[in-house]
Amino acid sequence: MSNTAISVKDLSKKYGDRFAVSHATFEVPLGTICGFVGPNGSGKTTTMRMLLGLIIPTAGTGEILGESIQHPNRYLPRVGAMIEGPAFYPTLSGAENLNVLARLGGFPLSRVQGLLEQVGLGDRAQSKYKTYSLGMKQRLGIAAALLPSPKLLMLDEPTNGLDPEGIQEVRALLRLLADGGTSVFVSSHLLSELELISDYLVMLRKGEVVFAGPMQNLMEAQQPVIIAKSLNEGDLPKLLALALKAGHHATIRDGAVHVQGPAQWAVEFNKAAFDVGIHLSQLTPQLPNLEKTFFEMTGDN
Amino acid sequence: MFNVMFAELRKLRRPSLFLGTMGAVVFFSALFSSLLFLLIDSPQGNSDRGRMIGREVLSLSTGGVQGFASVGTFLGIIALCVFAAQTAQEYTYGTLRNLLIRQPNRWLILLGKLKAMSIFATVMVIFSAIVSIGASVALAPRAKVPTDLWFGADGRHAILQTFINVLVSVIGFGTVGMILGLILRSPISAISFGVLWLLIVENLVIAVKNSTENWMPGAQLAAIAQGGTPTVSYSHALFLGGMYVLAGSIISSVLFARRDVSN
Repeated sequence: MSNTAISVKDLSKKYGDRFAVSHATFEVPLGTICGFVGPNGSGKTTTMRMLLGLIIPTAGTGEILGESIQHPNRYLPRVGAMIEGPAFYPTLSGAENLNVLARLGGFPLSRVQGLLEQVGLGDRAQSKYKTYSLGMKQRLGIAAALLPSPKLLMLDEPTNGLDPEGIQEVRALLRLLADGGTSVFVSSHLLSELELISDYLVMLRKGEVVFAGPMQNLMEAQQPVIIAKSLNEGDLPKLLALALKAGHHATIRDGAVHVQGPAQWAVEFNKAAFDVGIHLSQLTPQLPNLEKTFFEMTGDN
Repeated sequence: MFNVMFAELRKLRRPSLFLGTMGAVVFFSALFSSLLFLLIDSPQGNSDRGRMIGREVLSLSTGGVQGFASVGTFLGIIALCVFAAQTAQEYTYGTLRNLLIRQPNRWLILLGKLKAMSIFATVMVIFSAIVSIGASVALAPRAKVPTDLWFGADGRHAILQTFINVLVSVIGFGTVGMILGLILRSPISAISFGVLWLLIVENLVIAVKNSTENWMPGAQLAAIAQGGTPTVSYSHALFLGGMYVLAGSIISSVLFARRDVSN
């Protein structure tokens, strides 16, 4: 049995002369939360649609839960998905909308109320969908994705429109599902959120995969930065010289010296500055974060 | 396919759609049958396009279903609108992607939807039959039309035959609506195109050149409901109308099965 939830090789989608997705190759291990990031128009949704059998790839192969993406009927009963935001019938209630999907997929209708409770819509189950706020619609979309008790959950921007409490709830829910063995493939613009929950990351830029692997590998490849400020701005060139002399790459920007180096070197840097008579007003080791890495790797700012 | 059908029926039974549609069915059925009897002596005629249906025709065994048969085209137009809206709205609401994730076999989606909407159309036709025949029975004495033959063996056969003809015609019209919904992917476009074609374009073309009535798709489906007309025979209408619906169904289904779902 395959130990990957998603595996794609050279997956491409071409519209006219333009590649929406170009030779994407990556794997997502079972039981992990995989963040799927990329700037707008980088091909995230197109990739998800190909994986769900909604659009036909121009080239390449893929497997979901060990089944070829050419046969979505073999794996979709075990996959939950919300693509490009929630979409439901406005004149039906939340519960009726889920009943339609439950009936369609052959899932027990008795699951519906429990799922609505799980996403915090228990008391609004009978309200019409058109009366829901954006956050409530999003929650209903997540409930619909959970209908099949999925082995793989694919969510496209699930936290759009949610308040901070809702975002925290979604994060906890995804963690809970992953701990229970569900693989989660989630795209989001909230990179700080993905950084908190993702074990794995796939990064796209202009339809091409620029990184695919464990989140830890990506972060370890990035150098931490030490930011130092002096009471006297005239001391900055001297601080820069100290950092360069110690063999670190450093620059002056925004009234501070930015030194690329391990966080522990901050102690030595402080001592060296003190020895030449410079009193630092700020010394902050800054660990790499996903947002900064994302901008560096995708060239977006 | 049954899962798709039951899921679709859940959407079709929502009160705004079900009661609204059945209300229109009852109104038009009562109106057409009432006019047939209330205007029986009018020199402007009492039926479709100013035709006169006299007491001698209405007193035959087929007299009780004259109103029901003549409302068939209107029922068809209602069915066209419902089928088109139910199909095209999946694109405009973006719900098609949900359907295809839960049932990736696109042919089953189409068959299940068609089956559910055909059940809805059957309910429409049953309502219409009850109201039309009921109104005819109620108004016949006032119009001095004898009803002795309406419910004899021949009368019951006429009711059954007209019911089947109207049902086939209504499902045919509805299928045309579904085809338009699949091709145009917008309820407004599909309904506008269908209704304008059936009510205006076809009538204009037929008015200019009478012989085209034998070839227009809407005219064939209307003729089926009436069991044939003086200008279009029943068998011709059944064959040609069936061909139109079959060809449209094949083209739209193949498009649906192959087209990317990108909204």
